[in-house]
Amino acid sequence: MLNHGVSRGAGLLLGLVLVAAAFVASVMLGTTQIAPATFAQALVHYDPARVAHIIIRTERLPRAVIAALVGASLAIAGALMQTMTRNPLASPGILGINAGAMFFVVIAVSLLPLHTPADYVWAALLGALVAACLVVVLSRGRQGELSPLRVVLAGVAITAMFVSFSQGLLIIDRQSFESVLYWLAGSVSGRELSLVVPLLPLYGGALLLCALLVRHANALLLGDDMVKGLGMRAGTIKLLLGLAVILLAGSSVALAGMIGFVGLIVPHMARGIFGVDHRWLLPACALLGASLLLLADVASRFLMPPQDVPVGVMTALVGTPFFIYLARRKQA
Amino acid sequence: MTHSASLRQPGDGPLDAHRTRDLGIATLLGLLLLASMGLSLGLGSFPTSFGEVGQALATPEDSDIAFIVWELRLPRIVLAVLVGAALAMAGAILQGIVRNPLASPDVIGITSGAALAAVAFLALFGTGLSIHWLPASALLGALLAAMLVFLLAWKRGISPSRMVLVGIGLSAAMGAMTTLLIVISDDAAAMVAYVWLTGSLYAAQWQDVLGLLPWLLVAVPLCLTQARHMDAMALGDQVAQGLGVNVLRSRLLLMACSVALAGAAVAFAGGLSFVGLIAPHIAARLVGRGFARLVPAAALVGALIVLYADLLGRVAFLPKDLPAGIFVSGVGAPFFVYLLHRTRYQNH
Repeated sequence: MLNHGVSRGAGLLLGLVLVAAAFVASVMLGTTQIAPATFAQALVHYDPARVAHIIIRTERLPRAVIAALVGASLAIAGALMQTMTRNPLASPGILGINAGAMFFVVIAVSLLPLHTPADYVWAALLGALVAACLVVVLSRGRQGELSPLRVVLAGVAITAMFVSFSQGLLIIDRQSFESVLYWLAGSVSGRELSLVVPLLPLYGGALLLCALLVRHANALLLGDDMVKGLGMRAGTIKLLLGLAVILLAGSSVALAGMIGFVGLIVPHMARGIFGVDHRWLLPACALLGASLLLLADVASRFLMPPQDVPVGVMTALVGTPFFIYLARRKQA
Repeated sequence: MTHSASLRQPGDGPLDAHRTRDLGIATLLGLLLLASMGLSLGLGSFPTSFGEVGQALATPEDSDIAFIVWELRLPRIVLAVLVGAALAMAGAILQGIVRNPLASPDVIGITSGAALAAVAFLALFGTGLSIHWLPASALLGALLAAMLVFLLAWKRGISPSRMVLVGIGLSAAMGAMTTLLIVISDDAAAMVAYVWLTGSLYAAQWQDVLGLLPWLLVAVPLCLTQARHMDAMALGDQVAQGLGVNVLRSRLLLMACSVALAGAAVAFAGGLSFVGLIAPHIAARLVGRGFARLVPAAALVGALIVLYADLLGRVAFLPKDLPAGIFVSGVGAPFFVYLLHRTRYQNH
């Protein structure tokens, strides 16, 4: 673990380099390989007559941007949830937040005339909110504390509920098969860059909340009483951090569907390297989460060519061994 | 919820009253199930009167109605009853083993193992190989998944909560692989796989009934022999050991029963979720927590749930024949939320 401020700063810098490398790899690698020079040209002197430029601008670049954005958001959301619930297994995927957002998006896409992420992101946020409320209400114990196994079971059952409702919708209305599958599997491909822009204010708001509450989040780790010392009630802090989680997870699901395990694994990795201080932990989560999803997306292109494997499948396959390791380590 | 039912001793006054009451409730449930089967037999896309159905039942000769009743409706109804009963009993056993009312075969990965194997079968062989091998591969998947959960949760013994968590993790991975297979197979095969995943009794045949029945005949008596041990284990492993129960052996035996029941049911009806979760709870409210009463009562409740879900799917949206799984989740999921809310003060 990096203990010193300077070494932590160097670590974050290294993380930034990792994200940049993964980003470039994501743009360059695939069924069509792209030379670095072509990439630079496509950015500076875009030529719509060249196929490589079109691929970069309309497919690779949006895909890399979305992967980085979604990976970073899910990782931050996971770290916040693990802090709030003091449960090492908490994450937007495990606790059903993603599934709630997914179900509401599927309703919006198949039953209402909403077709771009900017339109149905509100459905996603509402779904994430509903799922989050369900988890909190249902997993509350006698003294208001959340027992870890109970939280996880509640989340899994809530996920099962939303997934089976989506499946039912799909079987009744077969026209929406493609779209439902997209959300269920989780994918960062096939989106235009212009669709991401309207969601940026939501991400910005969530990050602002995190930045303002970073010291309170640290205090939460020490106990609810410590938060009072900072002049705010623990409940208020949890509510605001919960809002950040919902914004991050909901927007991510609107963009890319259900992508699990990023929010679970990355905070543990980041904590192992940078420690538990949220001032370092949250930026580290953002960088590592972005790199992880970018690399998972690159790997998904080579798993079964020419088929594009949904990136959500990749993260689940990578994440499961880690989840089982955590479950075995914990003395429950 | 208390464990008072399992603590009662023979000779206590209220016991006999309770036994009579529980027997009465079980009889009522059984009669209700029979009546519901009769009702279901009379309803369908082809209009039949109950008189005609009764006649066709009595004289299985060569008529259209006899064919509909004997070859289309009856096998489907019997299969629905058996599947519901098997899933409910699997859930009751599992909840007893892990001492957590929120566990069920779908949560700990048995169902997703069967689903992965079944979808892999559909994706690899499509309609090429006989569809009759689908249940066999699903059952194999369920057994392998359960073994994997057990192996990975092993750490100087089996802790129930570790088993649940490992099962959750494994079922996520298997779910991802199932999704992958659906995405890469063609649209027609993907839709078949999807309907299967939701759980459907469409086109059930006597062959399916005969395939499922042996599993029930073996697993049910076996798990009932462990009823006393289960009641002891409900008080904690140490208490059970003190009472002379071989906890590990009992747990393995019961686990095997649960896997066999859930795996076989899923093999013939697909991934019907929530039955194994909610049926034992409804049963426990009716007859109390003693394992030997809980299991039969849960079986009856589960059978009723699946029977009515399938009936709704058959007749409510004619001419469409919708998978029973939609209705099971439609009722099961809200009930489950209520259940979570009601048990929120338990420290599990």
